[in-house]
Amino acid sequence: MAVQTPTRDQTGTPDAERRARPPGNGKPFTEKWGGLFFVAPFGVLFAFFLLWPTFSGLWNSFFNTSLAGVKQEFLGLQNWRDMFGDPAVWDSLKNTLVFTAMSTPPLVIIALVMALLANRKGLLGWLLRFSYFAPFVLPATVVTLIWVWIYQPGFGLVNGLLTAGGFAEIDWLNDENRAMLAVVITTVWWTVGFNFLLYLAALQGIPDQVYEAAAIDGANGRQKLFRITLPLMSRTTGLIVVLQLVASLKIFDQIYLMTDGGPNYATRPIIQYIYESGFTSYRIGYASAISYMFFVVIVIVSVAQFKLFSSRKEAGR
Amino acid sequence: MTSIKPSRRSLLAGTLGLAGGLALSGCGSLGRDARVREWNLFGGGDGARLLQIHDKFVAEHKDIAFEAHTLAWGPPFYTKLAMSAAGGRAPEVATLHLSRLKGFSPTTMLDPIPVDLLAKAGITEQDFLPETWKRCLVDGTLYAVPLDQHPFVLYYNLEICKKAGLLGPDNRIKPVKGVDAFLEMLQAVKETTGKFAASVETTNPWRLWWTLYGQLEGEFFDETGTRLVLDDAKALEALQLMGKLAADGLTPKSSDYPSLVAQFTNGDAGLSFNGEWEVTTYQTAKMPFSMAPFPVVYEVPKYAGDAHTFVMPHQASRNSDDTAATAEYIAWMLKHSAEWAAGGHIPAYQPVVASQEYLNLKPQAEYRSVAPDVLFDPDAWFSGSGAQLQNEAGAAFAGVFSGRTTPRQALDQFKAATQKLLDTPSPV
Repeated sequence: MAVQTPTRDQTGTPDAERRARPPGNGKPFTEKWGGLFFVAPFGVLFAFFLLWPTFSGLWNSFFNTSLAGVKQEFLGLQNWRDMFGDPAVWDSLKNTLVFTAMSTPPLVIIALVMALLANRKGLLGWLLRFSYFAPFVLPATVVTLIWVWIYQPGFGLVNGLLTAGGFAEIDWLNDENRAMLAVVITTVWWTVGFNFLLYLAALQGIPDQVYEAAAIDGANGRQKLFRITLPLMSRTTGLIVVLQLVASLKIFDQIYLMTDGGPNYATRPIIQYIYESGFTSYRIGYASAISYMFFVVIVIVSVAQFKLFSSRKEAGR
Repeated sequence: MTSIKPSRRSLLAGTLGLAGGLALSGCGSLGRDARVREWNLFGGGDGARLLQIHDKFVAEHKDIAFEAHTLAWGPPFYTKLAMSAAGGRAPEVATLHLSRLKGFSPTTMLDPIPVDLLAKAGITEQDFLPETWKRCLVDGTLYAVPLDQHPFVLYYNLEICKKAGLLGPDNRIKPVKGVDAFLEMLQAVKETTGKFAASVETTNPWRLWWTLYGQLEGEFFDETGTRLVLDDAKALEALQLMGKLAADGLTPKSSDYPSLVAQFTNGDAGLSFNGEWEVTTYQTAKMPFSMAPFPVVYEVPKYAGDAHTFVMPHQASRNSDDTAATAEYIAWMLKHSAEWAAGGHIPAYQPVVASQEYLNLKPQAEYRSVAPDVLFDPDAWFSGSGAQLQNEAGAAFAGVFSGRTTPRQALDQFKAATQKLLDTPSPV
């Protein structure tokens, strides 16, 4: 039955003829609009959970909307003005950007190195692939629980190694200058597996004959890496960098769970401040305004990133 | 084969019909038992105790469909409770810190407590300390029923303190008064443990500072609650003492909450400055310890603290059977609060406080005398247990222990943060 499925075209028009005809002429209703019905379930969810909240957020940012349900008043641009005068907004935005700048390079480079190491057959390749990707499947709560213990002064693993090596203990998560680094290390350990997987797939997509030809021309391993492997993976690198930048800008879980934004707000990311303003302090209107500002930042970063990569590619050709 | 298979359309229609039928039957509320859903924030030792008490309640009330949910303490709990109440689909009853009552927008997010139903269940105003009861009223309407009080207290390790010569003939710690006596006591403990005298949560020292500042009779807001009238000299005095404790090695320079518990359990510290709710933890650890009121370091006995209350978060349409069952639940919990007190909290319901069952609890009854001197957090929408003001204090004051900031800098940062909160238009 499954082999000989007849086309569900009730008019019986042959495929070629149908393609030649301009769409929508004299076709039955289901064929003309049938596609919409298939899209509808997603369309409704999309409109209800993304479009509508997006616009209602913009709308709320002009009101003193409160989660507590007290009567709201129109404020005009007051929330936006407050935001520009609120140092906590800019401090937390700075923390988010610092985290992004600190976490993106290692998450791309280490992923690449791991992919190069693991791109081999046999048991060792399997073991490396498995151990590099394994942390990624853990939930944020588990990861942070493990790392909070690892960083613990007195009996944590890191400080144990430091003291065994004759160094002084570091109170990683309670030191304003070190807490962000600690979070970055945890994040790299946790999420590098995803970028690793993308790189590994790209590596395996490079045809063997390219390397063969290079070997015949007498290229050494170094030359193969820099002249073949990396250039052929530049599109993957571009993709990974974009995905990573956006993921890093959205940092919240690890910091909220490990330091709660402390010590002394040294790690509080902008999303945590939005959460605190909107949900802990009930100021949904104000939180919406900050969200929109942050949305603009993400758009700017993404556009700049696309421009940078596309212009580089054009220059290369 | 095709003929016996249902068509795709009829299958879809059938599935929809079935789902609709299920949804409808789920809505049927006729003839069901009265329902009480309770949300609480007790995740620690007191939470385990609450479950036992709830089991008893369920066993005695076969006609009430009871469901309790424990959510993560602090902002996660209050955020969820606020959202459920803002949407009008809240549980019948929830716990709430009394210090947060006014900041929780009672008129929109809470329903008034049915005083008549409560009286019918045997609970009246006369059963509580007048000061506690008054705090539960907002513009003359009762919005909360107090369950307990939980002050900042002194835990002490019996063996260490005995060696340090701090115990009286009755095996209780000798009360000290004044800064010098307080420091002498700590010094003696430090010499005995060889490490610290007391464990304290340096990453959030609000309760210690608020206790010391309160003992200096410091004011926070003026009567209108809109102007900060913090007394710099007194605030600095308290902060300097905190800095000195850490600098002299009497307390750790950096210690979060789990470390505070661990240091007292493993004997690194012979004393612990904390709320009374860890009593179950130390009893489970089978360590020799007792508890006492926090020393009066300065002029007057004042102890930072708060109270847990029951509130009825706002529901769009309240079912009268459920409300009656809720009043019965609250009354039953108060009458059985001696079991709750075993977790450390001082019962708010006075008949239980006077009962032999409570007085027999050791060490839980040792600090019951402080109840009238419990110092609540300042009154503001951003204040209360786990609220923004405490976080700001933690962020600013933690540096005094670690030596990162001077008391002056910490105080300036805290005052600026408080002023900013005051300048923010209230969302409630």
